[in-house]
Amino acid sequence: MRDKNAETMQKYHNDFLREVEANVEEGDWVHMCMQCGVCAGSCPLGDAWEHSPQKIFMMIRAGKREEVLTSDSMWMCTSCYNCIVRCPRELPITHIMHGLANYAHRLGIAPKMNPTRRFAKLFWNNIVKTGRVNELKLSISLYFMDGFTNGVKTSLEMTGMGLGMLKTGRLDAMGLLRSHGIKDKSGLHKALKKAREIEDARKGLS
Amino acid sequence: MSDEKKTAAYICKGCGLGDRLDCTELTTIAEKEGKAEIVREHEFLCNADGVAMIQKDIDEGANRIIINACSRRAKTEAFNFENVAMTRANLREGVIWSQPDTDDARETTQEMAADYVRMACAEIKFMSIPEENPEHGSNKRLLVVGGGISGMTSAIEAARAGYEVILVEKTGTLGGMAAQLYKRVPDHEDYADPQDTGVPEMIAEIGADGLITVKLDSTITRTSGAPGQFSVDITKESGVTETENVGAIIQASGFTNYDANNLPHLGYGKSPDVVDQAGLEALARAADGGAIKRPSDGKEVTSVAFIQCAGQRSSKKGELSYCSGHCCNTSIKQAMYFKDANPDVDATIIYTDLRTPGNGEDFYRSAQKKRVIFTKGEVSEVTTSGDELEVKFNDLILNEDTAMNADLVVLATGQVPNSGVNIEAATPVSVDEVEAAAEADESRINTEVDTGTVQEVSVLNLTYRQGKDLPHLRHGFSDSHFICFPYETRRTGIYTTGPVRRPMDIAQAKEDATGAALKAIQAIENSSLGRAAHPRSGDLSYPDFRKENCTQCKRCTVECPFGAIDETEDGYPLFNESRCRRCGTCMGACPVRIISFANYSVDTVGAQLKAVDMPDEFDEKPRMLVLACENDAYPAIDMAGMNGKRYSPYVRIVPVRCLGSVNTIWISDAMNSGYDMVMLMGCKHGDDYQCHFVKGSELANIRMSKIGDTLQTLNLEPERVVDYEVAITDIDRIPQLINDAAEIIENIGMNPFKGF
Repeated sequence: MRDKNAETMQKYHNDFLREVEANVEEGDWVHMCMQCGVCAGSCPLGDAWEHSPQKIFMMIRAGKREEVLTSDSMWMCTSCYNCIVRCPRELPITHIMHGLANYAHRLGIAPKMNPTRRFAKLFWNNIVKTGRVNELKLSISLYFMDGFTNGVKTSLEMTGMGLGMLKTGRLDAMGLLRSHGIKDKSGLHKALKKAREIEDARKGLS
Repeated sequence: MSDEKKTAAYICKGCGLGDRLDCTELTTIAEKEGKAEIVREHEFLCNADGVAMIQKDIDEGANRIIINACSRRAKTEAFNFENVAMTRANLREGVIWSQPDTDDARETTQEMAADYVRMACAEIKFMSIPEENPEHGSNKRLLVVGGGISGMTSAIEAARAGYEVILVEKTGTLGGMAAQLYKRVPDHEDYADPQDTGVPEMIAEIGADGLITVKLDSTITRTSGAPGQFSVDITKESGVTETENVGAIIQASGFTNYDANNLPHLGYGKSPDVVDQAGLEALARAADGGAIKRPSDGKEVTSVAFIQCAGQRSSKKGELSYCSGHCCNTSIKQAMYFKDANPDVDATIIYTDLRTPGNGEDFYRSAQKKRVIFTKGEVSEVTTSGDELEVKFNDLILNEDTAMNADLVVLATGQVPNSGVNIEAATPVSVDEVEAAAEADESRINTEVDTGTVQEVSVLNLTYRQGKDLPHLRHGFSDSHFICFPYETRRTGIYTTGPVRRPMDIAQAKEDATGAALKAIQAIENSSLGRAAHPRSGDLSYPDFRKENCTQCKRCTVECPFGAIDETEDGYPLFNESRCRRCGTCMGACPVRIISFANYSVDTVGAQLKAVDMPDEFDEKPRMLVLACENDAYPAIDMAGMNGKRYSPYVRIVPVRCLGSVNTIWISDAMNSGYDMVMLMGCKHGDDYQCHFVKGSELANIRMSKIGDTLQTLNLEPERVVDYEVAITDIDRIPQLINDAAEIIENIGMNPFKGF
């Protein structure tokens, strides 16, 4: 299934739709979209997307596999849930967007430099390490994501907020040196590994 | 009954009339000016005591009754007396409720009331007591023309109500188009799957019903007569003709599928794998629940594309401009044929606007669950590439030209009504139009010819002088007052139902046919009592004409919206009273004013408008006459009063049966009497007409457009006569129109004919 590409996909036939239904979280809702466009009109970041959810769903049905999975549109979702609340067909649009993004990422064809994707990766790596988020390390790795100069600049800009958070105990000043992890870190890692194995087997990924 | 007229006038003092008006003066007016033999005041006229008082006078010989109380539309049950002629002066809604209760207004309010009393007294002098039409027939059998879903439903429903039915079908079997279907769109919970058509069950019910006689392979070759007494020739294919008498007719002649051969760009006729919806039903019936095979090589279809609005909702010549309504649901149903047999078949519906009326929304959702794919797009072309078809279209969501392959393409074409000959293409609606047409050398043939196939075969073969079939409205569908009274056609006693009057599906046709059966039964029952059919249902009066003065101008025969008037061999109008709806359009049309009704005539209205006490030019009290249609305008004026809307006290309002009954003599009489303005208020006309008599307000409008010249020869401003289209909801607008008229008079000055 994952070797399929745009050439072998029949346009407006159900091949890609079936792939999405099988592999994307909540993907089996896509065929229920009735193209009313309420999601597109409700999205507060609508202008920032190349393709609105409405169009993404239509593209899936049209068999535009490459275009959908390499799109950065679904990465732009901020999970405000406006579309879910308003969708007359009750599609979990937000979840589908994240599901598509995740699927594209797993296939390795998601847009490499998309900031949301990079932040998501930072977050994941950060939390998986100890089982808890280390805010200081996460913030710093985010600031330095786009190079050293930018990192210093952003850090200086955020000094005031950082101090405030320190004062109220929201940030651990020693965070760079120590992390408050969970007790059974190796247990967590095992569980995550097993979950990944199950998912991969189900979706035919490796 | 004695022919001697004895007039009794009653003045009610209830509802505040006694406080606001000087009833003693009104009594004097009725006695002295109105010459009523009996005049009585009553504190509460509509209560049992008041009604008993009136009835006692009637029992003692009073036969012309004037009720000076509320509107004629109120308390109709209390003031319901038999064998009398009655008129009512509208003192409540029309006077005290529409005028402010102030000392300043007291004088003008009283003048208004006094005038209405005078008008009622004048009118009653010219009224006689309506008696039932002696020409009425009382045949109670029903003829249903067409044995499809609509016709069968009408027959079954009428038989269930106890009426005998003759069901005539052109082909050799009942069932019509629905019998050609594999399954139908569901009509019950949970609206998820196609269901059986139910046609065999209906045919069985008809076969078992002793009240229904079925005549197959038969057509109607002649229809004459009137409600209660139609005579119909039913001719078999073999040529044998039987004549039957029936009381009413339901025309359920259905539709023909639009000819898809007009759509070569969509591949029809080029590839056998492009079919219309009817073609797909045939394939589905052949498959009977198994895999549907394509016609070209018998391969099982793995992908199918449905093209919605094929040859319809189009502005192209030769295509249908309208939406046939059922095709979205039908394509959804047909896509399910494929999905239910094999979910792996790709079924794509390409639409521009998906419309699923009724409970179709659930059906649509069910199709989505079955993974039928809906694509919003506009198809430009279907081409053959190899053994597959390619559908080229513009994806309207993704905004790009694209294409898809399919084994089979289904075109959702529309319904073309089997409504018979378009009689109005040849016959204009008014004599004035004949002249206009001759001048402009333009016939009335619709420039927007949009029916794919021309229906030239008459369905009913009426012997009416107005033509063989029912008049059409738009797109070749039978005219059937679709806004207010759906089944009413312009031929009394003949009702259309089903797709002959507008495009519809099975569920709608069944509901429609039930309604038509009930209307036909009403017509039968009314005609057997010599009464009018809708909308003056129950009216006993009928048109009467003085032949000796007739100039044979043919206005009445041409302009009657209901084809009620034929012509005798020597050219005189021949009234078919039972076909008459009592609108009075003939009365308004007649230039020599020889057509009248017992209780409504040129004189009854003429006398009213002349009875008004006309102040002279220097009194600064203008007078405006409103001739208001009793169906919508008059109730709206009443409601304005009920809602406390104020309008000018200088207006005098006369209800008319329809603006079509307004004879231009009333306008010149009004001008000569010194009215400063005449306002006509009737229903909307044109294609979206609301006129209860279909053409009345339109004809009035045409007549009034000619009156400007007459006014100018009298040296009067044309602004003095205006014609307004009003609706029953215009309760704010009508008082405004009246007040605006008062302003117009201020600008153009008073009518110089006052006092002559």
